Amino acid sequence: MTQEMSAKEFIARRIALELKDGDVVNMGIGLPTLVANYLPKDVYLTLHSENGFLGVGPVPDNVPPIGEPRIVNAGGNPCSILPHGSTFDISMSFALMRGGHLDACVLGGLQVAENGDLANWMVPGKNVPGMGGAMDLAVGAKQVIVAMEHTNNGEKKILKKCTLPLTVKSRVSVLVTEKALFRFYDGKMVLEEYAPGVSVDEIRAETEAAFTVSDNLKEMVISQVGM
Amino acid sequence: MTQEMSAKELIARRIALELQDGDAVNLGIGLPTLVANYLPLGVNLLLQSENGFLGIGPVPAEIIPVGQPRMVNAGGNPCTILPGGSTFDVSTSFALMRGGHLDACVLGGLQVAENGDLANWMVPGKNVPGMGGAMDLAVGAKKVIVAMEHTNNGEKKILKKCTLPLTAKGKVAVLVTEKALFRFYDGNMVLEEYAPGVSVDEIRAETEAAFTVSDNLKEMVISQVGL
Amino acid sequence: MKSKKLEIEQVASFLRDGMTIMYGGFMGNGTPPRLIKAILDSGVKDLTMIGDDTAFGEDLAARGPEGVGLLIRNKRVKKLVTGHIGLNKEAQRQMLAGEMEIELSPIGTLAERIRAGGSGLGGVLTPTGVGTSVADVKMDVTINGQKFDQKQTININGRDYLLELPLRADLAVLEAVVADKSGNLVYYGSMRNHNPLMALAADTVIVEAHQIFEVGYINPDHVMTPSILVDHIIYPI
Repeated sequence: MTQEMSAKEFIARRIALELKDGDVVNMGIGLPTLVANYLPKDVYLTLHSENGFLGVGPVPDNVPPIGEPRIVNAGGNPCSILPHGSTFDISMSFALMRGGHLDACVLGGLQVAENGDLANWMVPGKNVPGMGGAMDLAVGAKQVIVAMEHTNNGEKKILKKCTLPLTVKSRVSVLVTEKALFRFYDGKMVLEEYAPGVSVDEIRAETEAAFTVSDNLKEMVISQVGM
Repeated sequence: MTQEMSAKELIARRIALELQDGDAVNLGIGLPTLVANYLPLGVNLLLQSENGFLGIGPVPAEIIPVGQPRMVNAGGNPCTILPGGSTFDVSTSFALMRGGHLDACVLGGLQVAENGDLANWMVPGKNVPGMGGAMDLAVGAKKVIVAMEHTNNGEKKILKKCTLPLTAKGKVAVLVTEKALFRFYDGNMVLEEYAPGVSVDEIRAETEAAFTVSDNLKEMVISQVGL
Repeated sequence: MKSKKLEIEQVASFLRDGMTIMYGGFMGNGTPPRLIKAILDSGVKDLTMIGDDTAFGEDLAARGPEGVGLLIRNKRVKKLVTGHIGLNKEAQRQMLAGEMEIELSPIGTLAERIRAGGSGLGGVLTPTGVGTSVADVKMDVTINGQKFDQKQTININGRDYLLELPLRADLAVLEAVVADKSGNLVYYGSMRNHNPLMALAADTVIVEAHQIFEVGYINPDHVMTPSILVDHIIYPI
């Protein structure tokens, strides 16, 4: 990991290489939305917005004022719909999510457990925003990619068992941090990649979860877009 | 009943007076579709077609050949869609039916029981066309009107208990035959109207079901449209 | 045919304390602002509100509409059934202080419960929320005569599902971009969201429209909510 790159950017750059041209993907909010900035040339995704459309496009030049009909993303912020997009109601939108019609979703995480459990929607007594679409997304997307910093001020987040309320049980397929990439196979967590300059011992020290090390363990390669 | 009027026409003319202006109605197939011919002036219905639209219009002047995109009703026969109509998928169409959004449906019948049970979709071993939309319609329409000839070659059809496989349990609101009109109140069958020239005794003789006679029993009045 | 036009001043006649109201919209986008204001102005209270989220709090007014937050801020809401309250501090405060009861639901589950309520289904089986606190919700339900006080998890062919019950409301307040005078509706972009589902699921449905057309101007294939689901229309100013 280069000096000048933030952990978030590093994670987003790695995840950008997980996605394939033509994939239909839902990017959560926060860190995951950065991924779109680092997609390699020739990788075009169709982005899904849970509030009811496919083909999320950029913020328009002229944003209609609040109160006028306008298009917003799931965070309520103005955006546009690309020419190949489509709009639909929430039932259809969540049918796409829950019904396995999205190739991948990228979600932020608070904790991930060794069996693939994910907690990312609340901290009891502190922040209870509501699960919104996270549970439906995590239960149904073909591939659930979690983008999460490895620790939180030294506190471990990759655990034997999540202590925070779960978003979903055993659905994480890939976990990417600024130190490591893990994949989950039938509830077993495997370390497949380490970030440049990070040792397996260091990863073990900062990870409570039990994981095996892949026979094909390799150094992480990240998207070079814009570098 | 006038000499020249068929039983079917009389039934359809009586049912035409059961419907109110603005009602959203599904007219089954066969006898029930005749009802539309006798609606009084000023009574405009929005007819639903279970294959997915509201606002059934007449057969178009030019019939589009089979194989070309064309509008057909639930029987597969060419029709049009009126201004103000709308089209939708079958899930929405049956949501309208089952969810109580239709003011009435008019169905043919093979047998009706004194508790409001209806059998109209199959005769075992003889005719098993499939229940199609009949069960959803009968279970959900606000008012289920059955149009049925009183007997079938002398065989009774209004019974204590249906002997044919049921379409819906206890859902018939009104039963109109060429001899009588019955209404059902909490599973109790009440004779409210007799056709001109038909006595209550004659109705009793041709009806196996137990029914009470309304205190307001009166002679049936039918739509005079086109007479 | 009877006119469906309703003046905004007449909305109060449909309102009463303690009633249940569904509101369209997602982050306030597709929530009818004049209807929400009319509910506030009527003075009704102890409302149960059902909708996607609580939109943008008053402090975030520059980012987006306040939506149902207007009623929450004015203490008219006794119970809220929703998926997200993250951008409305006052809703969070009222929940944590116990001033307002909040039932949090995954949005997909909320949508299907509404659709079930509006289409005569007895419930929905969803894998969403299995093994989470969503499965541990207290809920009175009688199945085959047996009473349960908790949401039921049902295993079907080896997979767990939560049994979620239908939702209905006394009133739904919706926003459409185009309506014809008979009540056929067209939405725009991201504004469709829960509106077509809620049109199915309330005893009375009132729509606030940005444009009104004569019947026949909307191509039937472009109608997104059929007229028979709409009881009353608030015309644009």
